[in-house]
Amino acid sequence: MGSFVPNTPAQQEEMLRKVGCEGWRDLYRDVPEEVYLKEGPDLPPGMGEQQALAHMEELADKNRVFPHIFRGAGAYAHYIPAIVGRVVRKESFLTSYTPYQAEISQGILQAIFEYQTMICELTGLDVSNASVYDGATAAAEAAALCAERRRVRVLLSEGLPPQVIETVRTYCFGSGLPVETIPLTEGVTDLGALEKALGPDAACFVMAQPNYYGMIEPAEELGQLVHKAGARYVMSCNPISLGLLPTPAQCGADLAVGEGQPLGMPLSWGGPYLGYMAATAAMMRKLPGRIVGQTRDDKGERAFVLTLQAREQHIRREKAGSNLCSNEALCALTASVYLAAQGPEGLRQTALQCCSKAHYLQKVLEEAGLEPVYQGEFFHEFLTRAPRREALLKRLEEEGYLGGLPVGEDQLLWCATEKNTREEMDRLARLVKEVLA
Amino acid sequence: MKLLMEKSCEGRSLSLLGPCDVPLVQPSRTREQPPRLPQLSETELSRHYSALARRAHGVNDGFYPLGSCTMKYNPAVNEEAAALRGFTAVHPLQPLHTAAGCLEVLAETEERLCAVTGMDAFTFQPAAGAHGEFTGLLLLKAYHTHRGEGAVRNKILVPDSAHGTNPASAAMAGYQVVNLPSGPDGCVDLEALRRAVGPDTAGLMLTNPNTVGLFDKNILEITRIVHEAGGLCYYDGANLNAVMGVARPGDMGFDVVHLNLHKTFSTPHGGGGPGSGPVGCKAFLEAYLPAPRFEKKDGEWREKPCPETIGRVRGFQGNFLVVVRALTYLLMLGREGVPEAARNAVLNANYMKAGLEDLYPMAYPGLCMHEFVMSLEKLKEETGVTALDVAKALLDEGIHPPTMYFPLIVHEALMVEPTETEPKETLDEAVEALRAIYQKAKEDPAYLKACPHHAQIGRPDEVNAARHPVLRYRPEGEQG
Repeated sequence: MGSFVPNTPAQQEEMLRKVGCEGWRDLYRDVPEEVYLKEGPDLPPGMGEQQALAHMEELADKNRVFPHIFRGAGAYAHYIPAIVGRVVRKESFLTSYTPYQAEISQGILQAIFEYQTMICELTGLDVSNASVYDGATAAAEAAALCAERRRVRVLLSEGLPPQVIETVRTYCFGSGLPVETIPLTEGVTDLGALEKALGPDAACFVMAQPNYYGMIEPAEELGQLVHKAGARYVMSCNPISLGLLPTPAQCGADLAVGEGQPLGMPLSWGGPYLGYMAATAAMMRKLPGRIVGQTRDDKGERAFVLTLQAREQHIRREKAGSNLCSNEALCALTASVYLAAQGPEGLRQTALQCCSKAHYLQKVLEEAGLEPVYQGEFFHEFLTRAPRREALLKRLEEEGYLGGLPVGEDQLLWCATEKNTREEMDRLARLVKEVLA
Repeated sequence: MKLLMEKSCEGRSLSLLGPCDVPLVQPSRTREQPPRLPQLSETELSRHYSALARRAHGVNDGFYPLGSCTMKYNPAVNEEAAALRGFTAVHPLQPLHTAAGCLEVLAETEERLCAVTGMDAFTFQPAAGAHGEFTGLLLLKAYHTHRGEGAVRNKILVPDSAHGTNPASAAMAGYQVVNLPSGPDGCVDLEALRRAVGPDTAGLMLTNPNTVGLFDKNILEITRIVHEAGGLCYYDGANLNAVMGVARPGDMGFDVVHLNLHKTFSTPHGGGGPGSGPVGCKAFLEAYLPAPRFEKKDGEWREKPCPETIGRVRGFQGNFLVVVRALTYLLMLGREGVPEAARNAVLNANYMKAGLEDLYPMAYPGLCMHEFVMSLEKLKEETGVTALDVAKALLDEGIHPPTMYFPLIVHEALMVEPTETEPKETLDEAVEALRAIYQKAKEDPAYLKACPHHAQIGRPDEVNAARHPVLRYRPEGEQG
């Protein structure tokens, strides 16, 4: 059996005597007989490290690793700079906890402070928290903090990914805030429908940029409508796209949130990922979760600490705006190292290549017979019609291609990133053409 | 130490991307200025983070008896398993038949967690303990709503010794919080509980062993009282490490539990996440669990119909790689190792307590479970030295201090949780260090007031940090 208990049976005996116990049952004397497991738990016997790892390898081998990924829809296959993995595997980062003791946690605190700075730079906004769980929960937390006594209705663009809409709905089932969705026209949020839905009781409007279908939303115009009605404007942005696209600040957003996974996190079947969250200075004290601030120590040296804790659950309990405690600190570190490794030009190049390759892919797929659904501007994802969809995906799978995500009755949502090459896209188009022929 | 941004030098970069092999296309509207990300070489980047890592204290660096956080050793093999490409390179929206390994990881972990807790089903979507609490409370809410009592049963009972996340989660789930005063023994006051329950009770949230480190011996009576009033019982699994494989929340009368894989099941805490807070429930609540859920039928994986689900609480399937680590750990420990870990967590705590209790008064007498709470009230009266001062003195000894000033019902509290992965020698050293600090407090309190003397920084000015928040770096001369 496996064990990580260092004390030998003889030491355990000696320690039991020292604490005045006759045996293990005596140590658990407060546990009533009715619930004490005399036979131990109903688990298989333990194993050695070698067998355990072999079992995990066997499970991992049951998954298909696609060498050619053309699917995004909320999780993106980007190149991860080698330095990222080297840094985040450092044991002091990996095995520490929330930096409650600032005097021995300056490394973690400074890394989070740097993360907050980079998220502010990316979004153009004033403040960032230390992270939340993922993009969907970030949107849900944002919607909750916008609610006020007279402003309760949460408006969601139907251009948000379905997993985000569903998560916000679940959170609102808890809080009791009513949720409405705003339909799309030609792939982007319908301005008229939004204007109609807004009103003096609307708390906020949450949208995705680019949206779920890859389309670039008229973000500034949407923001103007929202502010005219006195509601808060929340943009959920793909962080890579912010290497090129106008910042949430430029578009008038009060809050920027999003899925941080593209910033150096592997796909990992959905997690761990990272929810980032930034806001204007006016909303600073409403942000949920950990926030790191700069101060001085008793010798006058610069120091970093967890701050504005009067917002948080361990102080305010049921009056706190959120229950956030553990967040995704190591993922925030991952994003920091990624952004620092990219630098401004690297991030711009990555965004530019994503956009360029997606446009090339759309062209060759259209030539192969997959018509685009929308005509407007897109970033690195787009929707096509897909006759013979099932046969198509099956054939692609045989060749190691993870094709577009099935959407609706007969559509596919495609994605390209800087990782995809012209050669593999040309081959993809040939395969499509063969199936459709 | 300089920030990344202060080390930046215009024009430095890494060589990551090759030239673009397709015609360039860029959006018609673009940002006004590029983000001012740092510009550095790989050498500088590598050294920067090595220096930051030296300024962090992890379980791998030394003893970390942070009460209620279960800072046990994180086995290296967990990291090997979580780094397998067969897990890391799988897209969350791959067809199910190409992700059978991931689905089996969840199924195998679910089976084991059910065996340990006495629950019938688990969801892995919640990304942390607090997220699990919120999810679990929504199960209660869905249950009462489906029975037509959703509006009436609007109160959640929470002991005053509970973690702050409990009342905060209840408020997020739309509940009024009723604070239950603890009895003089630190446990639930049965009379107070009987008075508090009623037709408006949705449920009770309880940690057992509780936050003062005691197993509530009235647990069967407690859950019976709540059930008889029509409420449900929620088990906060923060302290499961004391009883895993020894006693099951399901047998104690709990209907819903959340676990912290990053505490009990040895996955690393990452400086504050990612964690994982799977939620388990009894069969009668299973229909409400977050969707999607999956099942294997006739050898094929498919999505289960979940018409009564509360819906998603997170994108995709939760912090999957954390679950991979927890399963690796469970595979190794198995039938014998799981209770062995719990027993030794309790033994180590009692052993340390026995070495300290003549100097440091314990908040509650008798045996403790996996952690114990000392009250330094008397020391403070006699010498002026506070729990905070003692904690800061431990920093100079290379020991991460215990949790300070929690639970709120104990004055000048220090909560110590050594965990089972510490050898006796480490416990002896920590006891010696704490005893020496006690002597120092008697002889030279001023020295302790000025601790730490050898840490990275002296005590930071937290009041100033909150009063004049500086939450990001700005280049010199730029206005905030």
